[in-house]
Amino acid sequence: MASDALMDFDAALELFEPVIGFEVHVELSTQTKMFSNAPNPAAMDEAQIDPNTCITPLCLGLPGSLPVVNGTAVEYSISLGLALGCEIAPVSRFARKNYFYPDLGKNYQISQYDEPIAFEGSVSVELDDGSLVEVPIERAHMEEDAGKLTHVGGATGRIQGAEYSLVDYNRAGVPLVEIVTKPIEGMEHRAGELGRAYVSTIRDMVRSLGISHARMERGNLRCDANVSLRPRGASAYGTRTETKNVNSFRSIERAVRYEIQRQAHILKSGGTITQETRHWHEDTGVTSPGRPKSDADDYRYFPEPDLLPVEASAELVASLRALLPEQPVELRRRLRADWGFPDVDFKAIVNAGLLGEIQDTIVLGVSAAAARKWWMGELSRMANDRGVEPGSLASPGDVHALQKLIDQGRLTDTLAREVLGAMVAGEGSPEQIVSARGLEVVSDDGALLAAIDEALALQPDVLGKIREGKTQAAGAIIGAVMKAMRGQADAAKVQSLVIERANQVD
Amino acid sequence: MSELISMRAAEASLALAEGTLSSVELTQAHLDRIEATESRIGAFLARSSSALNSARDIDTRRAAGEKLGPLAGIPIAIKDVLCTSDMVTTAGSRILEGWVPPYDATVVSKLRSAGMVALGKTNMDEFAMGSSTEHSGYHPTQNPWDLTRAPGGSGGGSAAAVAAQQAPVAIGSDTGGSIRQPASFTGTVGVKPTYGGVSRYGVIALASSLDQVGPVSRTVMDSAMVHDVIAGHDPHDSTSIPTPWTSMTEAALKGSRAESLRGVRVGVVKELLGEGITQGVRERFEKALELLSSQGAEVVEVSLPHCEYAVAAYYLILPAEASSNLAKFDSVRFGLRVTPEGSPTVEDVMSATRDAGFGDEVKRRIILGTYALSAGYYDAYYGSAQKVRTLIQRDFAQAFEKVDVLLSPSTPTTAFPLGEKMDDPLAMWAGDVTTIPVNLAGIPGMSLPMGLSAEDGLPVGLQLMAPAYQDARLYEVGATCERLFEERDGYLVSERVPEVI
Repeated sequence: MASDALMDFDAALELFEPVIGFEVHVELSTQTKMFSNAPNPAAMDEAQIDPNTCITPLCLGLPGSLPVVNGTAVEYSISLGLALGCEIAPVSRFARKNYFYPDLGKNYQISQYDEPIAFEGSVSVELDDGSLVEVPIERAHMEEDAGKLTHVGGATGRIQGAEYSLVDYNRAGVPLVEIVTKPIEGMEHRAGELGRAYVSTIRDMVRSLGISHARMERGNLRCDANVSLRPRGASAYGTRTETKNVNSFRSIERAVRYEIQRQAHILKSGGTITQETRHWHEDTGVTSPGRPKSDADDYRYFPEPDLLPVEASAELVASLRALLPEQPVELRRRLRADWGFPDVDFKAIVNAGLLGEIQDTIVLGVSAAAARKWWMGELSRMANDRGVEPGSLASPGDVHALQKLIDQGRLTDTLAREVLGAMVAGEGSPEQIVSARGLEVVSDDGALLAAIDEALALQPDVLGKIREGKTQAAGAIIGAVMKAMRGQADAAKVQSLVIERANQVD
Repeated sequence: MSELISMRAAEASLALAEGTLSSVELTQAHLDRIEATESRIGAFLARSSSALNSARDIDTRRAAGEKLGPLAGIPIAIKDVLCTSDMVTTAGSRILEGWVPPYDATVVSKLRSAGMVALGKTNMDEFAMGSSTEHSGYHPTQNPWDLTRAPGGSGGGSAAAVAAQQAPVAIGSDTGGSIRQPASFTGTVGVKPTYGGVSRYGVIALASSLDQVGPVSRTVMDSAMVHDVIAGHDPHDSTSIPTPWTSMTEAALKGSRAESLRGVRVGVVKELLGEGITQGVRERFEKALELLSSQGAEVVEVSLPHCEYAVAAYYLILPAEASSNLAKFDSVRFGLRVTPEGSPTVEDVMSATRDAGFGDEVKRRIILGTYALSAGYYDAYYGSAQKVRTLIQRDFAQAFEKVDVLLSPSTPTTAFPLGEKMDDPLAMWAGDVTTIPVNLAGIPGMSLPMGLSAEDGLPVGLQLMAPAYQDARLYEVGATCERLFEERDGYLVSERVPEVI
């Protein structure tokens, strides 16, 4: 792929002001889909579900099938709208967005057009330096997700040039809320950082509302970043591009930065920006052109005649408002105070997107330090190796079960890491792995003492040194005992037993 | 044999209950009749292979003392627009040739639960687009009254089957008159219920905001009995009405026993008596009004001023919705697939399939609807049409403040010759002028025969219209009118159908 010429970031910002905007799609975790009683894959724990197993006639667009609105999805959408500070429309309406594409069974998507369920809101977003930015929300509307295409036989993995394509309709009809910001001006060199912080705020928000699994790597949360530049002093917005497929917080920041540099180079060279969809490539860190997009794209929207307007009564809205959790910014500030970590550690947690996991782990009774240690340490390392999010490897419940075994003295830290590895490999719960692998700490003093006596007898010189008070010499005995116990002993306990025994033995 | 096929469903119901008739006998009589007449009528696209098994099952259950519904064991023909899991369902289109749906339409499930015996799927204009059944992707249907004439459409198959005594009753669907106009052309009774009265789940959609399923029969009572079976709320159809319905059968019974029409306020719609009405139709309508007046009905003229725009509005709303509803026929998941030469893209395959699978009338309406919904034209076309629709609804609401039912001829003409309007789509559309306002307003409408035209000896239909939710009123007044016509003429129109063999 030909790489784009880029202008230096600071130079670009000297000449141009970036204007950004974001469209975030949230897959709701309702039990069934938006318009049918098919099971909703976005509510399932499994990452892999056999293709075309979560479908009904509607998901396939079979003749005669009809949509029925999922009431829970409407409630989730209202809650999200309220959390975004939006007005909730007493009456909103579904509309058909018509276009031919094989991932849409009906060849139209049921969405909302000029009458969305929520509009005119704003969200507080905290930047790295602790400053707050109010991100203006234009609207949040309900719609259905499309199926998934796999293009086989082509060089690019795109539909062009593919020999054939496989269609999986499991995702078709998964409930979505699309959150659209207004254009955001004045962010300057922090445009990308705001993007990252904004999406991470939305993630925390939907997680604390309990309406989405919000796993970016699974597509539960997807962000399109709009970027345009205007020359310093100009008031009209420049032509924008919409970068899709930005599937991690860090990529959002990188993609925005990339587009600023790419567009600045084109504009400086006297070129014009093409209004288009662009794809973000995580591996190479560049964007590439997708399909040209213009305001003239004609989806022939019209009110969905198969559905009645959605009515949100004042009582329903009030009751959902009463149940709203803390706003993400408030929540972060409270957790930072409660947990007492140094600032740098807390920020690292936020940036890793692990606030929710750690919070849920602590709620189960694990200490803040231990929860942070597992999520930010071993689990993050394993996730990084595998290119996934830590949350996809283990649940807060798993971490709690593991830590409980440590707290009970049944596992050492070293053994616990082994158990964790086995758990991630799918060998079962920590308890099951401990008993299957026979990993439990040897706490039987008799067995330990026998091993110590044997080691001391084999190394009489060490025994002498210990008796002379050179306790560091005990290391050799401890090592031998741990080896004999195949690591399944508490080293601190072995040390005290060795010293005690050395001074007793005749 | 001929006695069994000319029996009314209500009569057959009694005979079955009394044990003087079995469903197997009744069903066999109709299967024989279909066999004998189908080459001339062409009412069916598919015939059930399990009709006799269903009939036998009902007879067995009845013999075992099971309490069955009034229509258990009665055969019925079903328009091919309804999904049936045991019969090919094509909506009259080649693009669905051979397709067997994995599920039953709610109406079909209700017919099965009621113990009715499905005889087969009836012919129709492709995707219910047409007024003559000539736009069927398979073959035309002949009108039993005159085999050179059209049975009307889109539900010409259901109407012709009932008129030709191939089935005592049938199911149709009515988007702009597809039940009532064929009923009028074939001397049968057809009812379009209140929008939302009958589930649309499993009904292959033409225009979702207008489509409604209803009964076809030879008497008002028989339609009422079928109506009672198929009506009711369906959680699978968001537009179906949740409130329960009163018994149409009771209403028809009450109407058939009424001494007179005293106290019934009848409105004659001025705008539906304009140009285009033939002399033969006009005469029958005037005779009908005289009779109703003489029997105590208070007949007044009413105006629905916006009906003038109904056909224009309808032919924007319908194509717009249809263009979207028919997008699903793309070869990807079911139905026809045409793969062009070379290395075609998915768009090439979709285009080739739709080009080969859709007939001219369907393409005409898809193009029209796509255009009407396009950015920049939406407000002028679809938006304006929806405003007209609101105005027509208001017109009806105001008229119903003054009268109980509205009357008009069901169609401006009697059955026209096959082929006459095939090259003139606008003339074909204009014939829907009397039926379309009812669909736009969402109210119930009935066509029942009011005699034979002096011009050509063909049946002429009377259209009754009632306010939304007042379907029972149609059956009550309709049953009285039917009895008055029968007393006046000495016969029911449907009894005068020529022998087609």
